[in-house]
Amino acid sequence: MTEPIATRLIVILLLALLGWTEVTIARMRQLWAAVMLTGIFSFLGAGWMLILDAPDVAFTEAAVGAGIATFLMLATLGLTTREAKSPTAFKPLPLVVVIATGIVLVYGTLDMPHYGDRQAHIHTYPEPSYITKSNAEIQLPNIVTAILASYRGYDTLGETTVILTAGVGVILLLRNERRKPRDGVDPTAESTT
Amino acid sequence: MNHYSILRIAAKLLIPYILLYGLYVQFHGDFGPGGGFQAGVIFASGIILYGLVFGPEAARRVAPAGIVDRLIAVGVLVYAGTGVAGMLKGGQFLDYNVLAHDSTHGQHLGILLVELGVGITVSAVMVTIFFAFAARERTE
Repeated sequence: MTEPIATRLIVILLLALLGWTEVTIARMRQLWAAVMLTGIFSFLGAGWMLILDAPDVAFTEAAVGAGIATFLMLATLGLTTREAKSPTAFKPLPLVVVIATGIVLVYGTLDMPHYGDRQAHIHTYPEPSYITKSNAEIQLPNIVTAILASYRGYDTLGETTVILTAGVGVILLLRNERRKPRDGVDPTAESTT
Repeated sequence: MNHYSILRIAAKLLIPYILLYGLYVQFHGDFGPGGGFQAGVIFASGIILYGLVFGPEAARRVAPAGIVDRLIAVGVLVYAGTGVAGMLKGGQFLDYNVLAHDSTHGQHLGILLVELGVGITVSAVMVTIFFAFAARERTE
């Protein structure tokens, strides 16, 4: 890798801040501050993805992770308490599970190609044609959009349907507007009879 | 939050730019980073910010449930409809080449339409999730 030393320093700084934010969130009992820190975590992650030349992913992370997710967690906090319960006693089993999962994940990364490797699987399969062909076939400057919306249009249609399903699920499970008593009859009383 | 005048004025100043930026990301996604998903989220966050500062009832007047619920389905219909339009024009499902007089223009038109569908569904779902949370009563 022939990155400028400044880029490396920024990456190290970002990753260190990411790790520090994670640990702080895990140790924190004040849920308000924890929610704000998750937003900061997403912004740091977005900055790091920008350095990895993935502006579309960084954009999504910033909009969804730092934007909507923070909003939704704040809205949830409005419904519950602002303080987490302090742990009653030290439990060894969760620690073992977390460490084991971490070891498995790190072991999984050993098989991954190095960053910027031209021979990596994603650059050779199906063939390096998306980059060369989309220039002639679709002529869009943003190849990510060309791939997502055109070459993989079926995938994106499926993803949009997943979001539709999520919306329908939220409406069915969480919306309580219809549970208001109609004509003076309590619907919960109906269901029990 | 009626008495937080700084918050209210800052939100009122920001919301038009958030919505405008959402539209920019939506329709400029072919040329720069972004696309329907990000645009939908940004557009929805403008409405959600309005709901947080001015209350869910005020935001419900801007985005009534009857319209937002239908928009969730409309987005997917726009997406799938673009695919069906390709079939009607003699191509295959989601084949944009046949949508316009030449294949490149067809691709541009198709991508614009499906991204619009994604944007509509995503922003409607995000707004719906926010209202579903905001409308619930506090439970101890």
